[in-house]
Amino acid sequence: MAGLRLELQNISKQYPGVRANDGICLEVAEAEIHAVLGENGAGKSTLMKIIYGVVQPDAGTLAWHGKPMRVASPEAARRLGISMVFQHFSLFETLTVAENIWLGVADKSRATVTARVRELASSYGLAVEPERPVHTLSVGERQRVEIVRALMTDPKLLILDEPTSVLTPQAVESLFATLRQLKQGGCSVLYISHKLDEIRALCDRCTVLRDGKVTGVVANPARESNASLSRLMIGAEPAKLEQRPLEAGAVVLAVRQLDLEKQDEFGVSLRGVSLELRAGEVLGIAGVSGNGQKELLSALSGEDARARPRSIELEGADISRADPARRRALGLRFVPEERLGRATVPSHSLEKNTLLTRKDSLPNGLLLQQKPLRALAQTLIERFGVKTRGSAAPAQSLSGGNLQRFVVGRELDAKPKLLIVAQPTWGVDVGAAAQIRRTLLELRDAGSALLVVSEELDELFELCDSLTVMANGRLSPRLRVADATRALIGEWMSGLWPDREEPACSS
Amino acid sequence: MFKLVPRAEPSRLASLLAPLVALALTLCLGVLLFVLLGKDPLRALEMFFWEPIKNLRAVGELSIKATPLLLIALGLSVCFRSNVWNIGAEGQFILGSVGASAVALAATPESSPLLLAGVLLAGVLGGMLWAALTAFLRDRFHANEILVSLMLVYVAEQLLSYLVHGPWKDPNGYNFPQTITFLEPTRVPRLVAGTRANWGLLTAPLGVLLLSVFLRRTHAGYKLEVGGLSPLAARYAGFSSQSALWTTLLLSGGLAGLAGALEVAGPVGQLTTQVPLGYGFAAIIVAFVGRLDPVGVTLSSVLMSMFYIGGEMSQSRLGLPKSITGVFQGLLLFSLLTCDTFVERRLRFTGFRRSAPRVP
Repeated sequence: MAGLRLELQNISKQYPGVRANDGICLEVAEAEIHAVLGENGAGKSTLMKIIYGVVQPDAGTLAWHGKPMRVASPEAARRLGISMVFQHFSLFETLTVAENIWLGVADKSRATVTARVRELASSYGLAVEPERPVHTLSVGERQRVEIVRALMTDPKLLILDEPTSVLTPQAVESLFATLRQLKQGGCSVLYISHKLDEIRALCDRCTVLRDGKVTGVVANPARESNASLSRLMIGAEPAKLEQRPLEAGAVVLAVRQLDLEKQDEFGVSLRGVSLELRAGEVLGIAGVSGNGQKELLSALSGEDARARPRSIELEGADISRADPARRRALGLRFVPEERLGRATVPSHSLEKNTLLTRKDSLPNGLLLQQKPLRALAQTLIERFGVKTRGSAAPAQSLSGGNLQRFVVGRELDAKPKLLIVAQPTWGVDVGAAAQIRRTLLELRDAGSALLVVSEELDELFELCDSLTVMANGRLSPRLRVADATRALIGEWMSGLWPDREEPACSS
Repeated sequence: MFKLVPRAEPSRLASLLAPLVALALTLCLGVLLFVLLGKDPLRALEMFFWEPIKNLRAVGELSIKATPLLLIALGLSVCFRSNVWNIGAEGQFILGSVGASAVALAATPESSPLLLAGVLLAGVLGGMLWAALTAFLRDRFHANEILVSLMLVYVAEQLLSYLVHGPWKDPNGYNFPQTITFLEPTRVPRLVAGTRANWGLLTAPLGVLLLSVFLRRTHAGYKLEVGGLSPLAARYAGFSSQSALWTTLLLSGGLAGLAGALEVAGPVGQLTTQVPLGYGFAAIIVAFVGRLDPVGVTLSSVLMSMFYIGGEMSQSRLGLPKSITGVFQGLLLFSLLTCDTFVERRLRFTGFRRSAPRVP
C-alpha cells in the first residue's frame, strides 16, 4: 500500500445529548477510494466536517502526510489540498457555471477560470458547459459543477458526502468513472454513503461506523457480501420480504389528467398526471425527489385542495377539493416524508399526536377524554413496537425509526382503504425499515391499496407490484415490477420514456 | 469572548422559576433606580408592593385594574399561542367601550336592569367587530395582522374622540369631551360595600376557568394549539388556519371589548377620551409574563396592576415621574426575556481571542 495521506486517531466529538464521534480512527492512503459506511446518524457527516475544518473535534489527532495538523477552517483544509462536495449544493441559480466557480477563486481572471473549467471537464469526462446558467442544469449536472469546483485547487483528497442520493443510476455510473480517473491521477477520495452496492463497486477500502464508533475496516469491500457489510453497519441482517402474485380488486384511487400549477417558484407544476390503484395492490412512484412528488402527495392528501373537480376520486367519490380530514374519514390516509413537524407536533406527547389524525376513533363529546386517548396511544405503541418511555413522551424524544413506526402504526391502525406513504424508511435504521415494510405488506394483504413514493429503488422493487416514474411533474407509463429493470427505471427518471403510450393505468 | 450556547435540555423547573427570578431582578433594578433618583428605596417599594394590598379598599382598586388586564391578556394568550399577533387589543377595548356606550346612552331611568346585559353584549360585539376587520384583511388580502391591528388602534382613538366631541357630548358637560354619566340601570353594581370593586370582577375567574377548559379539554382548543406549534402538522391534519385566525381574533376582540364595556359601565361611568389607559398594550406584557397560560396570566395581571397603582402612588406621594409605571413594566419584560434566554442557553467564556496555529 502507498503512503498514508490522512490519518485520524481517536477523534471524538460531543454534541448536546449525543456523542457523534467516539474515538474514531481512520486511515486514507494515497490514491485510494476509501468508503465511510454507516446509517443515518452514525456520525459520518460529523467526521467529514472535522476533516474539512468545519467543526473542531473535542479530542483526538489528525495527521496529513504523517505530520500532525490542526485544520482550523475549510479554507485551511483547501490550502492543505482537501476539497469537499457537500450533499446540498451551494450554487447561485442565476449565475453561469463559470461565474459560480469564479466566485471561489477570486485571484484568477474569469477567462482563466473558464479555460480551466473546460480543461478539467474534458480531462475527467465531466460534461459541463461553463457558459450555461445554473438554473437550467439538472441535479446531476449541478453536482458535476460542484465537483469541478472542488477540483479547481488540485486536491489531494476529495470528500464526497452521499453524492448519489440525488442521482439516477446512469449518472451514478458516470460519477464513478470520474472518481476512478481521479484515483489514477493520485488523488484520494473519501466516499460517504450508506448504499452497500455502490461501496462494493467503487471502493478500495471501507471503514464502517455505528453509533459514532468504528465497527470494522474492510480491506476489499468487493469481496464482501451486502449481508456481511450490513451486519457491520447495523449489527443484524435485515429479514427478506416475500413476493406474491398480484390479486387486485376494485379501483380505489383514480387520478385523471391532474394538472396543478406550482405554488412557489421552487415547486414543480403537475402535468397530466393519471393513475389508477386497485384494492390489494401496491404502486410505487420512483424518481429523483423534487420532480413533483411533493406536489402530487399534497394534492392527494388534501393539503393542497386546488385540484380540478373530478380529477381525484376515491372509490368513485370526488375528493379533489376535500380537505384532509374529509379524505381521512373516507378512508384515505397519508404518511408524509417529514415525520417530525408534519406527521407529528414535535413537543406534543404521543397521546396528543394520536389525536392529530384519530379523532374519529375516540368517543364524541363536548370535552376530550383522556382515558380512551391514552389507551389508543398505548395500543399503537405496543402493537407496532415503538420504543419509548411511554405514551406521555414527546414525539421529538423518539428516534427516527421509532417515530416512523408510531406514525405508520397510527395511520395503519385506522384500517385505511388507501394508504399513501412517502419515503417509508428514509433515515430509519435497517431493522426498523424491514419491520415497517412488513407491516405495509400486511395491510396490502388485508385488501388495502398502497401508494409508495420513494427515492430508494431497492425499496420499491421489494414492496411494489408495479412501478411508475415521476419526472418534471409528469408520470411515466406503468410497469409491472417483473418487467422493470433498474436501467430502464433509471432512464425514465430523466423523463425519457416513450410517449403516446397509455398513462399509468393498471393493465 | 463570551458565547451563548444552547442547553441540551432546558430544565422545566428553571422555566417555571424564570418569571420569579425576573421579578426579583426587576426589584433589584428598581431599588437601584430609586437610589439614583435620591428616593428612599424601601418607601418606594412599599408604594408598589404594600400599598395596593394593605386594606380592602386598596384591594378593590387593585381588582378594578386587574380585571380588564386579565380579560384582555387571556384573549391575547390564545392569539399568541396560535401565532396570530394581535397587537391591537387597545383598539378593540375602545370599540368595546363605544359599543357599550351606544346602548347605555339609549337608556332611560325607567329601563330594566337587564339592559346591563345588553350594554356588556354590545361591548363584546364592538371588540369583535374591530378584531374582525383585522381578520378579514389578513384572510382576504394577506395583510400583516400586526400592522393592521396596531394601526386600527389609532383609528379607534379618532372614532372615540369624534363621538365624545360631537354627537355624544354631554350637553351639560361644560364642553368637556365626555358623555353624560350613565344612568343607574346601565351601571355595573358594586360588589363589596366600601370599595369600588364591582360585579365585573367575577368575569375574571369565570374567564380563566372557561378558557382553561377550552384550551386543555376541547378539540377546538387542541386544533389551535397544533396550529400554533406546528402549522405544517395542522395542515396535514386538516385543521384550517383560516378558522384559527378568525376564532382567535374574535375571541380576543370579544374579551377586550368586554373589558372596555366593564370599564365605562363600571368605575368610569361615562365615555371620555380618558377611558383608554393603555390596558390593551400592557396586556401584551401580562400575557407573556404569564407564559400565555390562563393561571399564569392571572398572577401577572395582578402584578401589573400593582405597578399601575404603585406608579400613581409614588407620583403623588414621593414626587416620582409618571413614567415610572412604564419603566417598571419595561424592566419586568426585559428581565423576563433575559431569564428566558438563559433557560434555553448558557453563557460560555471562550477565552480571549488567540490566533489558531496556522496551516502552511
